[in-house]
Amino acid sequence: MLTWIVRRLFQAFFVVVAMTVIVFVGVHVIGNPVDILISPEADQAERARIIAEMGLDQPLWKQYFFFVNDVLHGNMGRSFVFNEPALKLIGSRMPATLELAVTAVLFSICFGVPLGLYAGLKPDSVAGRAIMAGSILGFSLPSFWVGLMLIMTFAVHLGVLPSTGRGETAAMFGIQWSFLTWDGLRHMFMPALNLSLFNISLVLRLTRAGVRETLPMDYIKFARAKGLTPRRVILVHVLKNIMIPVVTVVGLELGSTIAFAVVTESVFAWPGMGKLIIDSINVLDRPVIVAYLMMIVLLFITINLVVDIIYTILDPRVRLETKA
Amino acid sequence: MTVTLEVRNLRTHFFTRAGIVKAVDDVSFKVERGQVLGLVGESGSGKSVTGFSIIGLVDPPGRLAGGSILYRGQDLAKISEEEMRSLRGNRIAMIFQDPMMTLNPVLRIDTQMIEAVQAHTNASHSEAWTRSRDALGMVGIPSPEERLRSYPHQFSGGMRQRVAIAIALLHNPDLLIADEPTTALDVTIQAQILAEVQKLATEHGTALIWITHDLSVISGLADRIAVMYAGRIVEAGEASTVLDRPAHPYTHGLIGSVPSRNKKGEKLRQIPGMTPSLLNLGVGCAFRTRCARATAVCEQEPPETLIPPERIVRCFHPMQDVAA
Repeated sequence: MLTWIVRRLFQAFFVVVAMTVIVFVGVHVIGNPVDILISPEADQAERARIIAEMGLDQPLWKQYFFFVNDVLHGNMGRSFVFNEPALKLIGSRMPATLELAVTAVLFSICFGVPLGLYAGLKPDSVAGRAIMAGSILGFSLPSFWVGLMLIMTFAVHLGVLPSTGRGETAAMFGIQWSFLTWDGLRHMFMPALNLSLFNISLVLRLTRAGVRETLPMDYIKFARAKGLTPRRVILVHVLKNIMIPVVTVVGLELGSTIAFAVVTESVFAWPGMGKLIIDSINVLDRPVIVAYLMMIVLLFITINLVVDIIYTILDPRVRLETKA
Repeated sequence: MTVTLEVRNLRTHFFTRAGIVKAVDDVSFKVERGQVLGLVGESGSGKSVTGFSIIGLVDPPGRLAGGSILYRGQDLAKISEEEMRSLRGNRIAMIFQDPMMTLNPVLRIDTQMIEAVQAHTNASHSEAWTRSRDALGMVGIPSPEERLRSYPHQFSGGMRQRVAIAIALLHNPDLLIADEPTTALDVTIQAQILAEVQKLATEHGTALIWITHDLSVISGLADRIAVMYAGRIVEAGEASTVLDRPAHPYTHGLIGSVPSRNKKGEKLRQIPGMTPSLLNLGVGCAFRTRCARATAVCEQEPPETLIPPERIVRCFHPMQDVAA
C-alpha cells in the first residue's frame, strides 16, 4: 500500500511537469499579451520597459526555466492584470467554487443514489419509468437555460430564493465560506442544484444499472434465504456492490465540476474561479492561466488517489500493489 | 415419525411474454424429521424451482399457481412475507449450487454470519460472533476466529461451501434444502461435504431435501427419491428400490446413463433426445417422445399408479408390476 502511494506520487510529479510544459507552450502560441495589456498610445521605450518587466523579452525556454525556478520557491508569478500574486488571486476565488462544487456533488449522491435504487428495484413501475425519463432531461437540457429557469421560478415568480451572489459569509480557517450561514446556504442552493443536475442523472443511471445487475446474483438470493430483511439486503448487500462505479464517477465529476463550473458561476454571478479563468484567458493573463491549470491538475491527481483508496475499502478484491 | 414438510399439488408457473412456463406442475411429496429426500432430474426439470417455491424465493414472472406447502401443518403458500422471512434461514434453510457465487464478495465472513444470527435472534454482536465462530468450527474450518475476518475470495470453493453450510445451519433448521451443493466441487471435497451435511442433519433431526442430477451422489445419502421430469414427479419411492428396480422408463434411462456402470470399451448409454420445452407443454406423458416403450395411449395423461408397498409411478407402461 505504502509503496503503491509513493509510486503514484512519483507518477503524479511527472504528470505535473508534463503539464507545465504543455501549458507553457500552449499559452505562448495563443497570442501576445503585450498587445492587449499595453495601451496603444504608449511609446516604444515604454513598451520595451514593460515587456522586460514581465520577462517577455526572454526566449521561451528561459521563461520556462525562470517559471520553474519561481515555482520551486513557492511563487507562481504575478498577474499581469491585477498585479497580485497569481496564487493569491486564485486562492481568494477558490473557496467559493469549492463549496459550490462539493455541494453539487453531495446533491448528486443524495438525489441520484436513492432515485436510482428505486428505479432499479421497481423498473416497471410508473415512478421508476418517470425517474428514468426525467434523467434524460437532466442529461440533455443545457445548463445555462436550466439556471435561468430556476432564477425565473424561484427568484422572480416565487421570490423565495435570492438569484445572485454568495450572500453572507462566515470565516473558518481564515477563509470566507457561504455554507456556514443560513443566508449563504440560501444563495448556494440554486447554483448547486443547477450544477448537479447532470451529475444526478449520471449517478442515478449508474445506480439503476448496478441494481439491475446485482439483484439476480446468487449472493443476493442467498442473503434473502438467510431471512434478512429486504431493507438490509438492499442497503448493505446490493448497495455496497454498486458503489465502485458510483465512486469513480463522483470522483471524476467532482474534478470537472470544479474546473468547469464557469457557466453556472456566470448565470448566478457566483464569484468563483471559473469566472476568473475565463477573464484571464480573454486578456492572456499568463501567470493566472498557468497557476490555475496547475491547481486543477493537482486537484485531479488528489481526487484519483482518494478514489483508488476508497476502492480498496469498498471492494476487498482490489489490491493496491505493484506487479513484480 | 413426524412430517416436517408436506407438499401437495404444488404448481409454480412463470408467466412470460411467450406464454406460461409450468416449471413445477402438480408436485406432491413428504419429508419426515431426519429423513433425506433426493430430488433427482435433468436441468430444467423443475427441481430447483421446487426448492425455491418451498422457501418462498420464486422471483417474478414466476409465482405459486396452486397447491399447498405444509410446514408442520402451516401452509407456507398462504402466510405473509414477514412470517415467511422469519422462517427463512431460521427453520427452513437453503444452500446453493455455486459456492463461488453465494457469498457476497464485498462483505467479510463475520458480517455475513453475524447478520444471519441477528436476523432471527436478539443476540448481541459478541454473542452472534461466538455462535458464528462455533458454527465455522463445526463444519471443519480451521482457525475459525481468523477466518471470520476474511473475505470470500480468500477461500477455496470447498471452504466457501462449508461457510454457506455453516450459515444455513446457524439456527439448527428443521428443513434444509440443498440445491446441488456439491456439483461445482472436486470429487474428494464432494464426499467430505456430503458426509458433513449428513452428519449435521442426523445430529439435529433436520429433514433434508437434496436436489441433484447426479444419481451416484444420492444413492448413498437419500432415504427416499423423487424423480422429476418436465415439472412433474414421474417416480417416487424408497431410494434402494427406485435405484435397484426403476419402474419409470425415464428413471431407468437416468440410471443407465451413469458412466461408472458401463463396462470398459462399451458405448456409453444415453437417453435419446432432449428435455422438452416447458412452454406450452401439451397433454400426455412428457417423456413419450424419448421413450422406447411409448404407445398411442401415452398421448393421454398418465395416472399416478401405486407399486406396493408404497412406490408411486406416473406411466402407462411401468417396468415393474403395479398393484392390481
